Amino acid sequence: MTTSAFEQFTHDATAKTADLRHRAVIQKNIASYDAAVARGKSRFADWQNARSHAAAVKWETINHLDRYLEQFEANVLANGGHVFWAETAEDARAHVLQLARRHGVQKVVKSKSMTTEEIHLNDALEAAGIHAVETDLGEYICQIRGEPPYHIVTPVMHLTKADIAQTFQEKLGTPPTDSAEELAMIARARLRREFMTADMGITGANFAIADTGMIAITENEGNARLSFSLPRVHVAIVGIEKLIPRFEDLALFWPLLSTSGTGQAITAYSSLIGGPRQEHEVDGPREFHVILLDNGRTRLLADAEQRDALHCIRCGACLNTCPIYKNIGGHAYNTTYQGPIGSVITPHLRDAQEWSHLAYASSLCGSCTDVCPVRIDLHHHLLHNRRNAIEHKFDNLIQRFLFRAWLWTMQSPVRYAIAAKLGNFALRRGFAQAFLKPWTAKREFPMPPKQSFRDYWRQHGTGA
Amino acid sequence: MRVALFIPCFIDQLFPKVGIAMVTVLRRLKVDVYYPREQTCCGQPAFNTGYWPEARELAARYCEIFADVDAIVCPSGSCTAMVRNFYPELLGKASLTTAHTYEFTEFLVKKLGVTDVGAKFPARVTYHDSCHALRELRLKDEPRQLLRNVQGLELVEMDQAETCCGFGGTFSVKFPMISYAMDEVKVTSIQKTGAQYVVSGDSSCLMQIDGYLRRQNLPIQTISLAEVLAST
Repeated sequence: MTTSAFEQFTHDATAKTADLRHRAVIQKNIASYDAAVARGKSRFADWQNARSHAAAVKWETINHLDRYLEQFEANVLANGGHVFWAETAEDARAHVLQLARRHGVQKVVKSKSMTTEEIHLNDALEAAGIHAVETDLGEYICQIRGEPPYHIVTPVMHLTKADIAQTFQEKLGTPPTDSAEELAMIARARLRREFMTADMGITGANFAIADTGMIAITENEGNARLSFSLPRVHVAIVGIEKLIPRFEDLALFWPLLSTSGTGQAITAYSSLIGGPRQEHEVDGPREFHVILLDNGRTRLLADAEQRDALHCIRCGACLNTCPIYKNIGGHAYNTTYQGPIGSVITPHLRDAQEWSHLAYASSLCGSCTDVCPVRIDLHHHLLHNRRNAIEHKFDNLIQRFLFRAWLWTMQSPVRYAIAAKLGNFALRRGFAQAFLKPWTAKREFPMPPKQSFRDYWRQHGTGA
Repeated sequence: MRVALFIPCFIDQLFPKVGIAMVTVLRRLKVDVYYPREQTCCGQPAFNTGYWPEARELAARYCEIFADVDAIVCPSGSCTAMVRNFYPELLGKASLTTAHTYEFTEFLVKKLGVTDVGAKFPARVTYHDSCHALRELRLKDEPRQLLRNVQGLELVEMDQAETCCGFGGTFSVKFPMISYAMDEVKVTSIQKTGAQYVVSGDSSCLMQIDGYLRRQNLPIQTISLAEVLAST
């Protein structure tokens, strides 16, 4: 019997919430993020206004995405690059493999890219006999551990320095160390060799700029820059929502992304790629390919109510503020995109029924919506996903019947009062607590008083 | 000004003292209150679970019962947010009834302009922001202004005041392990303040916190903001 996504989620969330060490590590790591982001936001003259402006730019882009995508494509072609429109993950994988075969590629260096995670590119490359090396330090650690990224921005947020040292010791046979610098140097020495011998570099893009046909890449390690400039061929896999209209929009979006993502004013390396090596240039790839990935995004685009979820710039702020994420961590979701944004978009990108539980795995606290730099109405979209799930009858008959019966009761003050008296009696006699088991297993349920407010009012109230 | 009381179903049944305390404070301020007996539930449980047609029936019912009143006051940020923020989406239109529904502290501070209700409560307390009051109604200062003017009361902020307690209605039953972990984070933060009482404007949050405190035999009490303001 296969395990459903819901059963897996429940299982993993149960294990992770019981793992106090795990919770302590992630909450400590998020606390240092919080402090950095608070400092970062204070550098903005008006953070709320910056959010509003970014949301307006993204709204304009997403609502005219057809136009901006074609403009982007025309400019990439004019710069000497190639564009491939991938409707599905399969299309994107097949195109990468085709390019790899055409160029006789044996080794690929990759910089951090969630779209490649989304389409499970590494598995496809390995199956075709092509060695793919993750070059972002966090992703590199994930790769050697055989784990998916734990977080869309900080892939190993769940690990301590000691955990990483142990991983290196076990997987790479390096001597034990407690120095972060030494650990970075171990990875660096290995990765340098990979960069020098790779035939193809694969990256994502943080932004695709319509009016210049450039892609912008934000990073802190310089590995993305090496990945796209050293190998002969550069392939960028870009979700179609990554468009921004104008080059000058980066003046807002770069600091907005880095501030929300890590608290930095701007990341250590901010690169713009305008095409393959030109005749007068001494370095850069011979070929530049952009794969524009749909993979379910146009379904979200067609939904006017939730279209703004495509504003997302993948900063990770909603994950870091989410009390669910902070307690279950990134792996329990079993999705490419974790946290609130993942819970909103995954049912649209994948199977709506299979992933409908994600909308319910939220207390709807709204903290995600408050921190989103592009003002996506995240927690209300979770409510919309719940409504959609019920409309599509993903619920069970018992629950549906209970809500019908509950409505019938609540439509009459007499029926309500009778039901309340019965409930009161059952609770006071201790019969009803068993029905509240998931809640009362670890908590005391309040003992209801004999007299309700309406009874009180009958005796002491005045007026109607 | 004639003010209607909106007493949410779980306050009516589990925490009537909170409604009574609100009435006490309003009468002390010479507000003429009355209680429409037809009221039952605002429909939030159905709405939050995705049963919008069912919730819509109760929303329409609420708007009929509370039509033509100057103001409606409710001792819950959650149920107030349901009416004011979500009824317009559910019914496809806003109305004077939805716009004139106020959470209790909001009504005192913003509508009546009162920040000192003449209460006395000599204790060290910390305030828990309910998510709906804080992020749907944007009430952050109002409850604190009222608390600061309570005689003898010492208000200490907890580091996680704005973090959800983990109740979330049916969420706490569907995903009890996550809800419990959130409860744990909340209570740990409360404990660090050394407060004797944790105060909130939403009794559902307090029920979640109190259920944990009592099971663990922790010497911290929960009390609604209305009861603190009613104390003299």
